Amino acid sequence: MAKTLFEKIWDAHAIVARDDGQTLLYIDRHLCHDGSFAGFRTLRKQGRKVKRPRQTFATPDHYTPTHTASLEAIEDPRAREITQAIDDNCAEFGIQLFPWGDRRQGIAHVVGPEQGITLPGITLVCGDSHTSTHGALGAISFGIGASEVAHVMATQAIWQRRPKTMRITVDGQLGPGVVAKDVIIEIIRTISAAGGAGYAIEYAGSAIRGLSLEGRMTLCNMTIEAGSRTGIVAPDDATLDYVAGRPFAPEGAAWDRAVAHWRGLPSDEGAVFDREVTIDGDAIAPMVTWGNSPQDAVPVTGRIPDPAEGEDADRRQAMAAALDYMGLVPGTPVEEIAVDRVFIGSCTNSRIEDLRAAAAIAKGRKTVVPAMVVPGSGLVKAQAEAEGLDEVFTRAGFEWRLPGCSMCVGMNGDLVAAGERSASTSNRNFRGRQGPGSRTHLVGPAMAAAAAVTGRFTDVRRLVEEG
Amino acid sequence: MDAFTTFTASALPIDIANCDTDQIIPARFLRISPDDDDNYARVLFHDLRFDGAGGERADFIYNQGAFRGARIVVADINWGCGSSREAAVFALVANGFRAVVAPSFGDIHYNNCMKNGVLPVRLAREICDDLRGQMHSTPGAEITLDLEAQTVTTPDGATHGFEIDAFDKYRMLNGLDDIDVTLGYDADFEAFEERHMARHDWLRP
Ligand code: SF4
Repeated sequence: MAKTLFEKIWDAHAIVARDDGQTLLYIDRHLCHDGSFAGFRTLRKQGRKVKRPRQTFATPDHYTPTHTASLEAIEDPRAREITQAIDDNCAEFGIQLFPWGDRRQGIAHVVGPEQGITLPGITLVCGDSHTSTHGALGAISFGIGASEVAHVMATQAIWQRRPKTMRITVDGQLGPGVVAKDVIIEIIRTISAAGGAGYAIEYAGSAIRGLSLEGRMTLCNMTIEAGSRTGIVAPDDATLDYVAGRPFAPEGAAWDRAVAHWRGLPSDEGAVFDREVTIDGDAIAPMVTWGNSPQDAVPVTGRIPDPAEGEDADRRQAMAAALDYMGLVPGTPVEEIAVDRVFIGSCTNSRIEDLRAAAAIAKGRKTVVPAMVVPGSGLVKAQAEAEGLDEVFTRAGFEWRLPGCSMCVGMNGDLVAAGERSASTSNRNFRGRQGPGSRTHLVGPAMAAAAAVTGRFTDVRRLVEEG
Repeated sequence: MDAFTTFTASALPIDIANCDTDQIIPARFLRISPDDDDNYARVLFHDLRFDGAGGERADFIYNQGAFRGARIVVADINWGCGSSREAAVFALVANGFRAVVAPSFGDIHYNNCMKNGVLPVRLAREICDDLRGQMHSTPGAEITLDLEAQTVTTPDGATHGFEIDAFDKYRMLNGLDDIDVTLGYDADFEAFEERHMARHDWLRP
């Protein structure tokens, strides 16, 4: 029977399939971060071990400072304790750590693919909802809660009910200045922030095939914002080129055997999905979100919507509440909205390609609002510096920071102040996400850089033309 | 984990669609130690519940009269979407909540609820809308949840059935530790792993 990519990987990892529909899935790789402390605590309390420590990897990201290389400089004692606890936990349980200060340290979802820990055809989990990112390489990856983290540590497996499958096909050619971030925001706007709940999503079509691996990671990353835990793109030549030669990737004869297996993973001709969605890639424009859900988005050429356009009373009320929180007036052209601060970073948009796109706009211009660039890992940072991007940014007035989650969630103290409006390349525009009272607008990296140098949302396509 | 059989309590209606876990517990409180129940109790719905100076916002429902004693949440679509933070459930538990009734849940939050003895109940959107309406008109009115029978009995006397995975139900009814249950399958695990690593030898660490 014809199978989807997702079903092939799922079936190859089913240890036990119970009659009641629950499957015990084998987990090939588990990623931990500084926020995984509760999982270690549970193990210790119950006197358990990490079952397969060599399949577990860790790196601190959420609490790490980005302005200083000294952990001692972290003022909050509890935050300092958490950033240091990961060292002891990994030493005690025998886990490979990319520690604070190591060039390989960074955001877990940047580090996994970069190190070749994430591979096509595997199952990978992490106690973080954006674990969906790793599906870009053709893996089943999903975020789990703290109890499930402890469970995976102790058993190297997890109970799951097989989700339904959805294929989202984006055909066509993305226009100049239109990037993966715009594609995924358009998808969320189309199927809604709850539309993917209960589904594993496969992204297909010529516009998806045309994305780089970095772009596919941006796409899969925000799958969770559409309500689905798992997004996946079939592995192809671009995937193999990306994976080859990475530190934890197979080599030699093992590489050849792996490739032979990976070639058989794409969904079979005639495989049936529970739901099919198609999106016209040619029609996607650079997007800006206006509300407190990633589905609240319009093209940069558009206007802030009127709640009166909402389809029912609940939606009208939710739109009005979001506009009130965001301090926006219906009908305002997006390009007339001034921003107070710009953040370029997060597991959505902190890879080298993102930084190159932002630097291309920053080059030869000057920021007019505070703006910072936070690379996704030490290796991304080193690569950017080798290419001179750090100088482009600093000369334009951007701050060039150390790798971590930073202002995406502000747990390390990098915050947007109450009432401030930020243009952010992160993934969540929830109320208070970047700090109490913060007003977040999600955009792609070049759009964020454009906002930094003009002080308002600006159609990046115009700046590209200006050169 | 405490077993869950039946539970009767008054409910808190939260009329926010897509109420994400950042609303249930803002990220800056995730550093609280998991043993610190008092602090978890204080930070539930923190930024909805308190103003910048730490004063209660009178217009937030959990600060009002009989709703303060609620131990069941009745929510709108996509409750608990967003971050996987299990602390969202710790904060609910620290305030005595043992169940959430909603039309749909963020998938990760749904699982996190069950791991902590909080019963997540999916009911049709119209039923949830109506139920929230009943709670608004009769603050403090009680709802009864029966996991064995898979029913919710609302203040107006109506009873609604709900779906729950049989295995999840069994574990919740008996308050079983998931890790112990899984380790009971160790022979299957070992046999599977040997085959799996032989077939995909490049994955062998
Ligand atoms: S960058 Fe943001 S979304 Fe990504 S893992 Fe860190 S906090 Fe979560």
